[in-house]
Amino acid sequence: MSKSNTQKAIEWFDYRLPIFSFMKHSAVEYPTPKNLSYMWNFGSLAGIALVLQILTGIFLAMHYKPDVNLAFDSIQHIMRDVNSGWLIRNMHMVGASFFFIVVYIHMARGMYYGSYKGPREVLWWMGVIIFFLMMATAFMGYVLPWGQMSFWGATVITNLLSVIPFVGEHVVIWLWGGYSVGDATLNRFFSLHYLLPFVIFAVVFLHLWALHTHKSNNPVGIDLKKDTDFIPFHPYYTIKDIFGLGVYLIPFTFMVCYAPEYLGHPDNYIPADPMVTPAHIVPEWYFLPFYAILRAVPDKLFGVIAMVAAIAILFVLPWLDSSKVRSARFRPLFRPLLILFFANMFVLGWVGAKPPEGIYITIGRLATFYHFAFFLILPLVGMFEKPKPVPKSL
Amino acid sequence: MSEQAKGAKTSTNPKDVSRRKFLTDMTTAFGVAGATCAAVPFVKSMAPADNVKAMASTEVDISDISEGDTKTVIWRGRPVFIKHRTGAEIAKARKEDTSSELLDPAKDESRVQNEKWLIAMAVCTHLGCVPMEGGEHDGWICPCHGSQFDASGRVRRGPAPSNLDVPPYEFLNPTTIKIG
Ligand code: HEM
Ligand code: FES
Repeated sequence: MSKSNTQKAIEWFDYRLPIFSFMKHSAVEYPTPKNLSYMWNFGSLAGIALVLQILTGIFLAMHYKPDVNLAFDSIQHIMRDVNSGWLIRNMHMVGASFFFIVVYIHMARGMYYGSYKGPREVLWWMGVIIFFLMMATAFMGYVLPWGQMSFWGATVITNLLSVIPFVGEHVVIWLWGGYSVGDATLNRFFSLHYLLPFVIFAVVFLHLWALHTHKSNNPVGIDLKKDTDFIPFHPYYTIKDIFGLGVYLIPFTFMVCYAPEYLGHPDNYIPADPMVTPAHIVPEWYFLPFYAILRAVPDKLFGVIAMVAAIAILFVLPWLDSSKVRSARFRPLFRPLLILFFANMFVLGWVGAKPPEGIYITIGRLATFYHFAFFLILPLVGMFEKPKPVPKSL
Repeated sequence: MSEQAKGAKTSTNPKDVSRRKFLTDMTTAFGVAGATCAAVPFVKSMAPADNVKAMASTEVDISDISEGDTKTVIWRGRPVFIKHRTGAEIAKARKEDTSSELLDPAKDESRVQNEKWLIAMAVCTHLGCVPMEGGEHDGWICPCHGSQFDASGRVRRGPAPSNLDVPPYEFLNPTTIKIG
């Protein structure tokens, strides 16, 4: 059988830039464990969510104006005048929240099945770095509409840097480009909000490179050695990922069309006013657990340290966990502690939305304590736990 | 070593090796130093620009603030409280100079030029919110995380670590002040 002209053209090109072989190797033939559950859909979903943010963002940026006198009105212009502007903005706004939901599930999956353990530690680090970058991106994005929550959120969060010993105040003024959050700040946040998603994209590339070096973990958490334990990515997981995307788009589309403001805050429809702080300021929902930790500590410096450490501790998780067994399925002690850890996250999120008084302070402190205690007792858990028998193969 | 490098004849004489290492280290050090210098203008470009620094002072007419009232004005993009204190507030603030409840002890005298007027940044020293009138000390309470300040702008309840800052100011005449 002779080759078609298309095939010949592809071969000609591939010999010069082997992009077709690369795709075939890493997205078609790529061997994937045959026993992956739906929990493994969230990686590809996160990738799609990132691309959606970039696409909608580029079109928003064509109409948005990063100037303290124009920003708020330019958003109203997008919502009222720009053709389909409301749709694009709602997709970007709801998309940010959904991106976080997907990434939180993706991280929880990694913790439950011990995906952070060797040889995937660097893969896990790239993930934690992406999470930090995402938080910075979303924080700066939320400043752009220049409403009251934008302004005061920006003020409170940038002021966190003032705790840096000796140079803190100078660092904050440098970051603001003025003596308060103002025009210079808004303009540079727009620049960085545009840039960071592309940096995230690059780190995602490293994340996937590390993934493809040692292949996916799986729900049983054992190293797969036999060829028959794997199936090719295409068509098995391409179809499964596309199905997952379809399921994801149902609530997403519903929120975009019927409840775009549900996860937002009405105060952000009041233009920024540097003279008055709203009576109750709260960050976006996805920051609430960490905001609760910040407030649980009565000291300014240690509060900030605790908040950053609450996430940064994930970097050393692979070494804190002393157990050789990956999957929580076979870990009778780790599993309940981990589930409690997830539940505790919700408690922190709930406390983060409440005013810092009375019973909420106590609950916030207990939950903060458990958050750290969970990580710090992991070395002991691994030592004392008797894992259930782990199968040798699938 | 790459294929090409293997082909070339590279001396393994220890003297040459150490000389090569020295040259490589020096080149690296110069490269790093050069890159650092090149970064300086970029980092500096983010600091407050000249026009922002130029707006550094503001004059305020205080004749319309009656006793017991507070006016909030903007200086360098940030609000400043100008509080016309009552006799009772002054007396209480002075009496509490030695109170052990002060988290950042300071004498009222050292925080005002004219005892009737407290001029202080309306910026909470915790994370920068604007405190509202209220609290338990004739002063302010911060809506963000609940810090309280007294009629002298001194912090009475955390998490704010220090008293409200007093900006540089002077009385140009009894009814006009210049801040900055
Ligand atoms: C990691 C990906 C991204 C995340 C998590 C994200 C998040 C956000 C958030 C939370 C907002 C505030 C929405 C609101 O309350 O109105 C926002 C606004 C905005 N973003 Fe993004 N964004 C991302 C990528 C991008 C990109 C790549 C661009 C530009 C190319 C962009 C351009 C904009 C613009 C112009 C606004 C202001 C309009 C508005 O507020 O709706 N974003 N972003
Ligand atoms: S900013 Fe005032 S108490 Fe936190």
